[in-house]
Amino acid sequence: MQKIPQKIIHTRYLRHRKKFPHVWCPGCSNGIVLGAIMRAVDELKFKRSNTAMVSGIGCSSRMPVYVDFNTLHSLHGRAIAYATGIKMFKPEMDVMVVTGDGDATAIGGNHFIHAARRNIDLTVILINNNIYGMTGGQYSPTTPTGDIATTTPYGNIDPVFDICELAMGAGATFVARTTAYHALEAQSFIKQALEHKGFSLVEIISACPVIYGKLNKKGDAPAMMNAMKKNSISLKAWEKLPEDKLKGKIKRGILRNEDRPEYTDEYAKLVQKVQGGK
Amino acid sequence: MTKNNIESKVVLMQGNEAVTRGALDAGVNFFAGYPITPSTEIAEICSTELPRRGGKFIQMEDEIASISAIIGASLAGAKSMTATSGPGFSLMQEGIGFAKMTETPCVVVNVMRGGPSTGLPTKPSQADIMQSRWGNHGDAPAIVLYPNSVLEGYELAIRAVNLSEKYRTCVVLLMDEVLGHMRETVTLPDLEKVKIINRIKPTIPPEWYKHYEDHPKYIHPLASYGEGYRFHVTGLAHDAYGFPTNRADETAIMMERLDKKIKHHLNDLVQIESFYMDDARTAIFAAGISARAAKTAVMMARKSGKKVGLLRPLTIWPFPDDAIRKYMKNVRNIFVPELNQGQLLNEVKRAMGGVWNYESRRSRKIIPIQKNDGQLITPADIINKMKEVK
Ligand SMILES: Cc1ncc(C[n+]2csc(CCOP(=O)(O)OP(=O)(O)O)c2C)c(N)n1
Ligand code: SF4
Repeated sequence: MQKIPQKIIHTRYLRHRKKFPHVWCPGCSNGIVLGAIMRAVDELKFKRSNTAMVSGIGCSSRMPVYVDFNTLHSLHGRAIAYATGIKMFKPEMDVMVVTGDGDATAIGGNHFIHAARRNIDLTVILINNNIYGMTGGQYSPTTPTGDIATTTPYGNIDPVFDICELAMGAGATFVARTTAYHALEAQSFIKQALEHKGFSLVEIISACPVIYGKLNKKGDAPAMMNAMKKNSISLKAWEKLPEDKLKGKIKRGILRNEDRPEYTDEYAKLVQKVQGGK
Repeated sequence: MTKNNIESKVVLMQGNEAVTRGALDAGVNFFAGYPITPSTEIAEICSTELPRRGGKFIQMEDEIASISAIIGASLAGAKSMTATSGPGFSLMQEGIGFAKMTETPCVVVNVMRGGPSTGLPTKPSQADIMQSRWGNHGDAPAIVLYPNSVLEGYELAIRAVNLSEKYRTCVVLLMDEVLGHMRETVTLPDLEKVKIINRIKPTIPPEWYKHYEDHPKYIHPLASYGEGYRFHVTGLAHDAYGFPTNRADETAIMMERLDKKIKHHLNDLVQIESFYMDDARTAIFAAGISARAAKTAVMMARKSGKKVGLLRPLTIWPFPDDAIRKYMKNVRNIFVPELNQGQLLNEVKRAMGGVWNYESRRSRKIIPIQKNDGQLITPADIINKMKEVK
């Protein structure tokens, strides 16, 4: 694993005018993910003017305003559809989406699976805090069964989505999962996802200590970070462990990395064919 | 659209074809849509034509995705459009509000069909007049154009794209189901003579650029993603840079701009046709397909010596209040034929409210002629109603 870069990356990638303090609560994981994204972009030497960050609505989706890219804070659930418009029209741009578990897999589930199916070159960074943070703690498609949310006062009876499995089932060509505790791994996965040609997903399990943590007695932010460390297993170790040791654990790693024709490339070919045949 | 008629000037074409060709001639280079009768031909023609012209076409997973994609593409510099009908238009409303709030140009064509719900998918209706005005949450003005012939479909499609670019907003083009599918011979203008408006681009260095700069005319230059101007766009209330704000003073400036950029340009936006109105004692106020029947009715009435005229809005929103007041000043009765339950009627009443006290003067009336069963209003329907009202 790389060392944390010494130079102060945030001076290059953060917007300074009127943007801070940010809206996130103390102990929230969103800032860790923002840091990982900036370091990944820095490693790749992406040009800020050629990079777009698109989000929907939610705590996690408040991220774009802080970074000095082409930024779009769109509508709840629709980030991937907006990003599709940008990428289709300007395929030369590097387009990433920052979204939450509710934003991407509840209200935006349709856009999520269809973008994966098309294999359009978007990098989706999904911050999964197992709850609707912004609206104060209602259950999401990833709130564990049995947990408490403000709309499951007697315990959640809904089964949960495995977001990585969902993305792979829909055709995503790069799929990875890690946690906010593993900040350097997140940076590395995000970097690889940004480099990948095709639809990529990095799911980052994160802590919302102020709402989810409190409702479910998970302790403070450090306790939740420690739990991520304890409850997650890297892919290598996962494959060696017996089934009973895996129950309730988070599988970390690059779960898929494959090549398939990318959508905007295919469109360019189609244009060539149509125009050539004139 | 076949390859032949794309080159020729005198063509037999369908309303939906004309609208598409107008939009393409105006420079539309991005289309995202989801199929729905009676608008589907527009998507089909775009899927054929856009790749030929180096533009982009994508069929999205639904209408919400479609409006989202065209706004995203527009922010990246595209002239973008989608086309739908009532049910899909309803799904687009949150996105239309976003385009208005973020002042992002785009065009939505709504080829109206009978409703509510699935209604009468293959029958005409004019029941989205109010949906096109108020179809987004919050206060936001609307620009809505409404042709009544195939040629005008072509012309107003160009105008819709031009106005969206000029005023940085979502412009809606309403169409009638009948017009969308009707074929007429049209003589297209020379493309060199067609006025095309492109958004004003900033010329100042990126570090000085404000995406929502105050401007005396309320319309300010618009940069695109990927060109060095790294601006922020949000549906939250925002300041001149586009950054979220809770401050009342900054929010007021933003809301005022959205309103004033329409209200200060009514002369440019409002377009009406007056037909035999100069000496008219009886007037018909009608739009779209119903105005065609009205025109025939005017001619029939004139033949029998009656002083009847027609006033027809080509721009439905903003509503032509001033024009109505001016033309209707000396008129006794106004007939309002429409394929809905009074969406135009109430607007005419509102517009005339300050001029006529028509409730107390029995001699002056505003009379509805309405159908919402999927049938058209005929000239005879209008003539008969006129005979009834003395
Ligand atoms: C159309 C629409 N429906 C509902 C909302 C209210 N809303 C805002 S954020 C949110 C949930 C966000 O949850 P998630 O995406 O998981 O992000 P988090 O806040 O947890 O980061 C909801 C329901 C909205 N803004 N728009
Ligand atoms: S509510 Fe939760 S997710 Fe939202 S900012 Fe606070 S800690 Fe983070």
